[in-house]
Amino acid sequence: MHLLEINNLSFQLGGKMILHHLNLTVAHGEIHALIGTNGSGKSSVAYLILGCEKYVPTSGEILFEGNSINALKLFERARLGITLSWQEPARLEGIAVENYLRLGDASIDSAAYLRKVGLRPEQYLQRNIDKTLSGGQRKRIELASVLALKPKLAILDEPDSGIDLLSIGEISDVIQSCKVNGASVLLITHREEMLRIADRASQLCGGKIVLTASPAEVAQFYKSRRCTVCDGKECHDD
Amino acid sequence: MTEMEEVSRIVSNMGADGAALADRRVAHVVASGLDLVSQRAIPGVEISNEKTAAGLVTQITVKRDAEIANPIHLCIGVLHDTGRQRIQLQVRLEDDSSAKIVAHCFFPRAQNVEHIMDAFIEIHSGAELHHAEGHYHGPFGGVTVLPTAKVRVHPHGRYISDFSLTSGRVGKLRIDYSVDVEAHAIAELTAKVFGHADDEIRISEAVVLSGEQARSLIRTRVALEDQAKAQIMGRTDGNAEGARGHVDCMEIVRDQAVAEAIPIVRVTHPLAKVTHEAAIRSIDQKQLETLMAHGLTPEQAVEMVVAGVLR
Repeated sequence: MHLLEINNLSFQLGGKMILHHLNLTVAHGEIHALIGTNGSGKSSVAYLILGCEKYVPTSGEILFEGNSINALKLFERARLGITLSWQEPARLEGIAVENYLRLGDASIDSAAYLRKVGLRPEQYLQRNIDKTLSGGQRKRIELASVLALKPKLAILDEPDSGIDLLSIGEISDVIQSCKVNGASVLLITHREEMLRIADRASQLCGGKIVLTASPAEVAQFYKSRRCTVCDGKECHDD
Repeated sequence: MTEMEEVSRIVSNMGADGAALADRRVAHVVASGLDLVSQRAIPGVEISNEKTAAGLVTQITVKRDAEIANPIHLCIGVLHDTGRQRIQLQVRLEDDSSAKIVAHCFFPRAQNVEHIMDAFIEIHSGAELHHAEGHYHGPFGGVTVLPTAKVRVHPHGRYISDFSLTSGRVGKLRIDYSVDVEAHAIAELTAKVFGHADDEIRISEAVVLSGEQARSLIRTRVALEDQAKAQIMGRTDGNAEGARGHVDCMEIVRDQAVAEAIPIVRVTHPLAKVTHEAAIRSIDQKQLETLMAHGLTPEQAVEMVVAGVLR
């Protein structure tokens, strides 16, 4: 049994079909990369798994640990062990970083989690998660909060965006540490080099999974523009 | 229970140290309705109270160069369900002194209560006053609170005010503050209010930056739910070289609540600069979903977002 199993999932938003009969699985302890260009439907997959507002499947089923979660509310899915690191995390005025990291468990050592994402606790723990943080700082705090939650499934939506190239290695280490802590990871990215840390990968184009294979095969396919959905016109990495 | 004991208990319930009222090192004024219950002066702080036909006149003077370590507690309110309180508060900080006034305003049983506070605050050269005012209102909404303040901050002085009414029903609130900020002086005004049911909130804060290099910030945070209404007016006039002011208003609305923000910025000197930002919005869905992704229920998430804005 897979930890996450998405069967024949279709999704329509504002009269437009976003996802078409999508099938995807994430195994226990697996880092599964979902790669695709902007607009291919990657974030929609994340929001459907988490159960965000307006993200209700048109058809299909999402199973978590063998049970359908279609009817569950977002917080109920979170309490099952699903969480999301947002591509553009929300700013929260008046909420200190330390309190944010302790939302799931008040007893955690929040300073240790900040160090894991390359932030110095003495500089950040008492700061608020508001507009005074840069995009990269906010992103790192979001990753720290995902680590602190100790989820069963961490959906990481473009964790490398807004992070400078020199720090990509640090982010990769953070993703690996999710796995070491027992979590499965659905790693959403449009950068082919991020596939290197994955155990398996799928390519999404035009709302359809066009290939699921080893990260090397998917990376090769992604670069080769041999997509059968768009004939290579959309899903490339220029 | 004596009035003093009940006030001490209420102050403790407000999250403050009610026992401070018994501390001989701490200056205080305690007034219930139109009556003075207790007062204490300490070295460096003179306090006088006079009951007049119009109400209680309270004078607090912080002497020149005095640095008052413990906050001066001002506990005022109406303990009964019906009543009226009118206080004229005259605060004077002499040159190079500093103090913090913590005002606890309590109306725990108010069903038909009116509270009028007319404050005149003079902060002389190099002096610094922190004025924190916290309100504790009961659940009935039967209170009308009418605070006015005229504040003058002399050169190199500093005035920090923080008004908070975030627990219990607001009732009717009409704040009307005006502050004159002289050369190299600073004024920061913060107001945080949470309105429920049919509460009515009107806040008018005006700052005149009359001296060169004067600085000011007006920061207002209001959350509204049910049928509550709020009108927030923040005005800053920059009238001198190097004056800098900012008006920052954020209101969060839910249900059928109605919010209005009127930032006014006016500059009469070419080297002055005044800016403003105002936002009225519902609670951001992404903020809620971010918190719910950590396991909070929708109700807990809303509570946390609102508490954060009002913090």
